[in-house]
Amino acid sequence: MNSFIIAALLLGLLGLAYQTGWSRSRSLATPNGVKVHSRPQYHGSLVAIWTMIPALVILALWGYFGPDLTRSFALSQIPAATVQSLDQMGLNNAFLRLQSIASGFGVTGELAPYEQAAGESLRSFQLMTSVVVALVAIGAGIAALLFARSRITARLRARNTVERVVNLALLACSAVAILTTLGIVASLVTEAYRFFTFINPLDFFFGTVWNPKFSSTVEGDYGQYGLLPLLSGTLMVAAIAMLVAVPVGLMAAIYLSQYAPRQLRAVAKPIIEILAGIPTIVYGFFALITVGPFLRDTGAAIGLNISATSALTAGIVMGIMIIPFISSLSDDILNQVPRTLRDGAYGLGATQSETIRNVLLPAALPGIVGAFLLAVSRAIGETMIVVLAAGNSPVLRGTPLEPVSTITVSIVNQLTGDTDFAGPQSLVGFALGLTLFVMTLLLNVVALYIVRRFREQYE
Amino acid sequence: MTDTLSTTAAASAERTKRIRAGLRKRHLTEAIFKGFGLGAIIVALGFVTLLFTDVLSKGIPAFTQSNLHLSVTYDPAVIGVDPAPVRAAGQSDADFRAANLKWQRDVALLNWNKVVEASLRAAAPAGYDIDSRQILTIAETNARHQIRDLFVADPSLLGKTIEVDVLASANADNWVKGNIDRDLGDTQQQLAPAARALIDTYEANGTITSGFAWSIFTNVDSRAAPAAAGLAGAFMGSLYMMLVVILLAVPIGVASAIYLEEFAPKSRLTDLIEVNINNLAAVPSIVFGLLGAAVFINYLHLPLSAPLVGGLVLTLMTLPTIIIATRGALQGVSPALRQAALGMGASKTQMVFHHVLPVTLPSILTATIIGVAQAMGETAPLLLIGMNAFVASVPATPLDQATALPVQIFLWQGNENRNFFEARTSAAIIVLLAFMIALNAIAIFLRTRLEKRA
Repeated sequence: MNSFIIAALLLGLLGLAYQTGWSRSRSLATPNGVKVHSRPQYHGSLVAIWTMIPALVILALWGYFGPDLTRSFALSQIPAATVQSLDQMGLNNAFLRLQSIASGFGVTGELAPYEQAAGESLRSFQLMTSVVVALVAIGAGIAALLFARSRITARLRARNTVERVVNLALLACSAVAILTTLGIVASLVTEAYRFFTFINPLDFFFGTVWNPKFSSTVEGDYGQYGLLPLLSGTLMVAAIAMLVAVPVGLMAAIYLSQYAPRQLRAVAKPIIEILAGIPTIVYGFFALITVGPFLRDTGAAIGLNISATSALTAGIVMGIMIIPFISSLSDDILNQVPRTLRDGAYGLGATQSETIRNVLLPAALPGIVGAFLLAVSRAIGETMIVVLAAGNSPVLRGTPLEPVSTITVSIVNQLTGDTDFAGPQSLVGFALGLTLFVMTLLLNVVALYIVRRFREQYE
Repeated sequence: MTDTLSTTAAASAERTKRIRAGLRKRHLTEAIFKGFGLGAIIVALGFVTLLFTDVLSKGIPAFTQSNLHLSVTYDPAVIGVDPAPVRAAGQSDADFRAANLKWQRDVALLNWNKVVEASLRAAAPAGYDIDSRQILTIAETNARHQIRDLFVADPSLLGKTIEVDVLASANADNWVKGNIDRDLGDTQQQLAPAARALIDTYEANGTITSGFAWSIFTNVDSRAAPAAAGLAGAFMGSLYMMLVVILLAVPIGVASAIYLEEFAPKSRLTDLIEVNINNLAAVPSIVFGLLGAAVFINYLHLPLSAPLVGGLVLTLMTLPTIIIATRGALQGVSPALRQAALGMGASKTQMVFHHVLPVTLPSILTATIIGVAQAMGETAPLLLIGMNAFVASVPATPLDQATALPVQIFLWQGNENRNFFEARTSAAIIVLLAFMIALNAIAIFLRTRLEKRA
């Protein structure tokens, strides 16, 4: 009796319940002019809901307790003397062997004397329990069905109940967002707390050396986990990205919204927005293969020593990625400035660029600053471009021409393929994640606050 | 009189001159400013063009692949192995499988390279002087598995000769494509001189031909045989994740948008949910990876590297996007429609599900597809839940180990066989971008089509 058959049975039961409620409702006699309150499909849905609840509860209970029950039954079939001679591992193996015998696939080699019989009884136990559980679940469903059917009357407010259930389901879906946030905060905080039991928070937040050791012969020597080199790398890359994205994005938005002929706007805007849809790994590869070597060669031509993977490479490419973000947000904000302001400036004899620089931009400034902050938070949290193109060198440096490392790069390095969260080597990923989360959260809150304040001015 | 007149005229001429000069300057500034704007557009468009031409020019050659047409002889003198086991009556499944596995192990232990070498020599000019190790560098290392698998599938091939197409090795492929500088000295060449000359001979006599590299689409990733590395496994992994995202993120996202927009009372709880969703939309993707690693892997013990876990992480990431887009669509529905429905006696739930939702369906669908496409391009969170493990099989269920297309790109770009894998990676990027453009095109098509009908 596998889960597929059970699902099919449940679906059948569901259909039957709906049909029962529906036809019952259709056949309701309406004595002395009382109208049936709800339409037949609501009665059908109500009966279906009633039927599903007990059946699902029973199946869920079995899903939770069933495996343990099966296991203890199987182990009870093994002679006590054998059980005592086995350790945990051996018991698991014995259980697995019994399961393969019960499944009919069989095991290779000689069978222990008790195994064949134990396998047979495990097989009948499994068959029996699954049949019993399925029957009980379906029986409970049918009982609930009959009960619900008996309650259908002309006055029953089936629609209201069904709608209340629908509303509850919708509320539950909304709660997923809260649960996600709780999950993020809880997992970051608890794991980061565990990290701080190994490493002093002061050493983490104010340390200038990043040198986590993965294996150490000295007990308690985990290496150094100073955040500052990573923070400086993160901020440097983000700053370069903003230096590329803000002028280009802002000027592109100004040109598209104020100057561009309609055909150019219709073509250029979607093309620029393509940049926003390209996966960041593609940007990372582009930076690594094309932009990095180009910068290195250009630097060599003018006598500058630029590494192919550097803060500059990662920052420039990240800037390209952010251009559409800045340009479409600025575009919206510029379009929100009232026409009267612009026309007033033209009336005073200002040229278009003077109007834009002296009237439009100051009026839109708070919104643009908000967009700017949102873009910074994006740049700080961006991972794949820096993983590929920043060079991963967690050292405090003043120049953007050298490799750097960022918070996100270190999270990837510390946690990739390592899910045994026992030592600070992997737990530090969560402390870094918490830092990143708090930083981006603050930036976003401030940005949203500024954008909202600004929008209210013209309403 | 004339004096004052002339002074006024002079003054006005002076003023006009000044204004003209000022205007010229102002118009120059205007032109410069406008020029900057145009320049910004050109720069942005230039970046798009550069990126696409770069990826296309690097990746398109990788879609062509050199193949070797070999006559393979299953010589009994080389292949000394018992006949395949037949199931005896009363034998248990496990015992038969063990016998069969033993036979397959015997077959696998044979030196199939000898068969490959004999076939390669058969295609070379008679008595060509080249040692075994060198001649084997021409065929990809998976050729022996290919030839062995043909035998395992059909043991009656023993003693027969059949035509088989195998892949040329990555180095041979590079040589045929001219990616390798032919003037480099022997010490700098990957292939021995005799092998290089033999490849040229093969090319002349038609043993090596170039064809479309189907193997990129049909094969899974491979470490030992770079030319045989393909995207099939990663593609299936991405598909499974997409399935999970569509099955979970779409219903939950649309439902919670409906609740917040249509039913939610203004309370502290719903305020909290709203603020939450806006914040979640801006949380860096890697933080969702941390959540997945801590909750799904470490706490719930879901399998590492499974598309199911990847899909769950991407679902949580995509939810805010879908919710925000759906709310936008719901807000756009005219109040007249709602009032008309309510006026005809519909309940609020009926108004939403029977009247408002169908009208907004096209926009919701479009936003959903675009959200799913974005999730498909995500790499960073998948690295933290182990989806960057090397997987050499197509995942059969969402619980099997798998990679995804963007992760495969990440893995390939790090491959040490640079001059071969740069092209491979670009080819994978082309496939990924094509996939995403196709999704976006579907979204646009659906929107225009459904909106016309509505």
